[in-house]
Amino acid sequence: MANISLKVNGQSRMVATDPTTPLLYVLRNDLDLHGPRFGCGVAQCGACTVIVDGAAVRSCVTPVRTVENKAITTLEGLGGVAKPHALQAAFIAEQAAQCGYCMNGILMNAKVLLDHNPHPTVDEIKAALDPILCRCGSHLRVIRAIQRAASQLA
Amino acid sequence: MDAKTLSRRELLQNTGALVVGFNLMGWVNQTEAQVPDGAASSPYDNPDYLDPTLLDSWLAVMPDGHITVYTGKVDLGTGVETALAQIAADELDVPFERIHMAMGDTAKTVDQGRTAGSQTLMRAGPQLRQAAASGRQQLLKLAAAQLASPAEMLAVRDGVVSVANDPAKKVAYGDLLGGKRFNVTVSAKGLQWAMVVAPEVPPKSYKDYKVVGQSIPRVELPKKLTGEFTYTPDVRVPGMLHGRVVRPATVLSKPVSVDEASIRHIAGVVKVVREGSFVGVVAQTEWAAIQAAKALKVTWAEPAKKLQTPEEVTEYLKTAKSSRDLKSVDKGNVDGALAQSGKKFEAAYDWPFQMHGMMGPSCAVADVRGDKVTVWTGAQGPFTTRDRIAAMLKVPKRNVSIIFAEGSGCYGRLTADDAAEDAVLLSRAVAKPVRVQWTREDEHVWSPKGPQQRMTARAAVNDQGKIVAWDYLDRGFPWSEAQGTPQLAERQIGAKTELLGNPNGVGGGGEYYEIEHHRVAGAVIAWPQDDPSPLRTCALRSPGEPARNFGSECFLDEIAADLGVDPVQFRLRHLTSSKRISETLVAAAQKSGWRERPSPAPPSKGAKASGRGVALSVRNGTIIAAVAEVEVDKITGKVVVQKVTVAHDCGLIVNPDGLRFQIDGNVIQGVSRALLEEVKFDASGVQSQNWATYPVLRFREIPEVEAVLINRPELPPTGGAEPAIIVIPAAIGNAIFDAVGVRLRQVPFTPERVLAALKSKPSGTARA
Repeated sequence: MANISLKVNGQSRMVATDPTTPLLYVLRNDLDLHGPRFGCGVAQCGACTVIVDGAAVRSCVTPVRTVENKAITTLEGLGGVAKPHALQAAFIAEQAAQCGYCMNGILMNAKVLLDHNPHPTVDEIKAALDPILCRCGSHLRVIRAIQRAASQLA
Repeated sequence: MDAKTLSRRELLQNTGALVVGFNLMGWVNQTEAQVPDGAASSPYDNPDYLDPTLLDSWLAVMPDGHITVYTGKVDLGTGVETALAQIAADELDVPFERIHMAMGDTAKTVDQGRTAGSQTLMRAGPQLRQAAASGRQQLLKLAAAQLASPAEMLAVRDGVVSVANDPAKKVAYGDLLGGKRFNVTVSAKGLQWAMVVAPEVPPKSYKDYKVVGQSIPRVELPKKLTGEFTYTPDVRVPGMLHGRVVRPATVLSKPVSVDEASIRHIAGVVKVVREGSFVGVVAQTEWAAIQAAKALKVTWAEPAKKLQTPEEVTEYLKTAKSSRDLKSVDKGNVDGALAQSGKKFEAAYDWPFQMHGMMGPSCAVADVRGDKVTVWTGAQGPFTTRDRIAAMLKVPKRNVSIIFAEGSGCYGRLTADDAAEDAVLLSRAVAKPVRVQWTREDEHVWSPKGPQQRMTARAAVNDQGKIVAWDYLDRGFPWSEAQGTPQLAERQIGAKTELLGNPNGVGGGGEYYEIEHHRVAGAVIAWPQDDPSPLRTCALRSPGEPARNFGSECFLDEIAADLGVDPVQFRLRHLTSSKRISETLVAAAQKSGWRERPSPAPPSKGAKASGRGVALSVRNGTIIAAVAEVEVDKITGKVVVQKVTVAHDCGLIVNPDGLRFQIDGNVIQGVSRALLEEVKFDASGVQSQNWATYPVLRFREIPEVEAVLINRPELPPTGGAEPAIIVIPAAIGNAIFDAVGVRLRQVPFTPERVLAALKSKPSGTARA
């Protein structure tokens, strides 16, 4: 056990945990942030994605000690129901989720994409999201929602 | 649905005197002795069930005018929470926003059967509609007394009742009944899907629908897209511990020894649980549970062979005696007609084991306290889960409370609720709430699968180019062997499975065509292994039908190609009096820009060839037709599906945008299953253990999807969440033939199979 100091969604948080614990379980169980989701535990699906210092990271294989004092953003850090981020608002407007389980990974990777490329083409969106799995088949609306968000953020 | 908002305690706190499902609060002592446990599964006069003849079992009016609608159905991510609320809002004359759905809690809702088979709007829709119509009728009665006006003179708008010719005289629903019970009975008969509720109350005419038919946005999406939604894995109970199951080599492999010292170095381990062949660990943290399950040294008495080989399974499926024969059509003299001279055709088609591939592996939280049990789970059949757990623990059903919390999309997989039983066994062992989260490997290997199928087809064609004899047979394993039977944990502690599972059905085999001598049959082949295996089965989206439709619609295309007839025109020849079906087919063809010509397309010169293919089916009243457009790389064998056009007729459309989205999902999952998906296994077990070894379709490979919605508001709604997947593999198979002139009779259409077919060309004809 160790005390780990984290910066999550702009707040400093201290957790007492085994430092080898993957970040995902610390976020979900110690910090009650359920945006990042468990999908595979082996970095294959992307459902656990968080943003660490501006980069999309698979939190299910990231030991918590490796992100100490780095800026971590979770889905909750983008916005909530009361004040959604433009991306979240665009996904709601396009009704772009079915079960929604994979949407954390899609939204977080879309956020990183738009941060680096504010006007992505459809092919660029597909390439950026290709590593993220969705089983319900929401892909087409996801692409439209990201385009909508891009036009509103510009 | 948000499980957090639905605990009965909170409901009581929020609404003061209101006690919905009040008969559950005090019933145990009154009637416990009257119904022997397990003797009755009817909700009528049975303390194990909420009574459907009480209007309060269905509806509760809040003082602020909100109305809670209670349903035993659940939302699996398809949007039925929204669609059912639309139906209730219309019938009650309240704004949509004032309806709140309470779903899938066995202590608070009527058992309306599993959420499955695309039958929620079709079956539960009318049940809730009639309950709502009864509620409106009762509210009007109360208003008539209060406003001193006959009920016929009253009008309702936005939950406010007013006197038609004196609109100043009015009263709101919330003021009439808010926080109080209806205390009236409604008629009901039948069980679950077949339950008929209050048929004597006239519902509204479809012409008066204001909310039904609108694309109302999904109520739960804002929470899902912000991390505020409570999925099954997000349920947290005070004092909750984390459990993992250690999987044996086969379900019934006995642990010879369990070395508890092997995990002593892991901090936070609470207990190693061992019961029969069930071994699990419970720990204070999830990470400790994960590490302990991985590190725990268990020596299993391993069988020499865990599974049949794929070759053995295939041979057995081809040759084993049918345990049950089914027929959807059997008319004329099929064998006689096939024995006569004329053009004959014959072919066989193969479909592999496939998996549901939930994005979130199975998860449940259980709290076993003495003989009382509470389970939070994403089960498609909360009552089924309840009954299994009651049987496993030998407690009355009413002692087990299942609270639904939505998991990830499951497409039939959660008709078998394995994690709930795991969690119950672990919780019982530590007398504390335990959460069990399956690993990805657990889910890929141990989830029940959609079964392998083999279809054989024979046909005879007359001189006018019309099919006169059609003999279609599907040989398949039961598709629901794991549904309603003991789940893995229950079997591991000794329960025997008593059900063989539902037969694989016969739908999708061309039964909707007009053919003089016509037989569409199914043979149910019992699974060859006694032990419950990782290839046990449960419903996978339109069970059996994508495979049967792949065989029958490709076979039909093979005949059309041999005759040199356009595939759409050839189908229409056999649909002369089935207007709804032919209209759906034509709608798909027209929207796709279909040009009349026979398949295959004229040969292309380059490395890539394009083709189009069509397929048609009917499932439980819903008619679907698809046109797929593909590009085949003749050098690599890779198939890219570029566009799929679907025409969809499911009667009344409750929510057009929701239906369009379901069609998107069916197309994309159907393309994935047709091109990529096959469960790999060998004698040592299932080898498709994660997404690397069981790939599914990704963003770069997603086709364009176009849908034509055929609305028939005068007809009752039928299903929309799964029929469209049925026609996708056949349409793609036919498009590949159109592109390159070779016929693939085995799914998935991998590059290796495409190349093999191209090499062995010409093999395209099914002519016998």
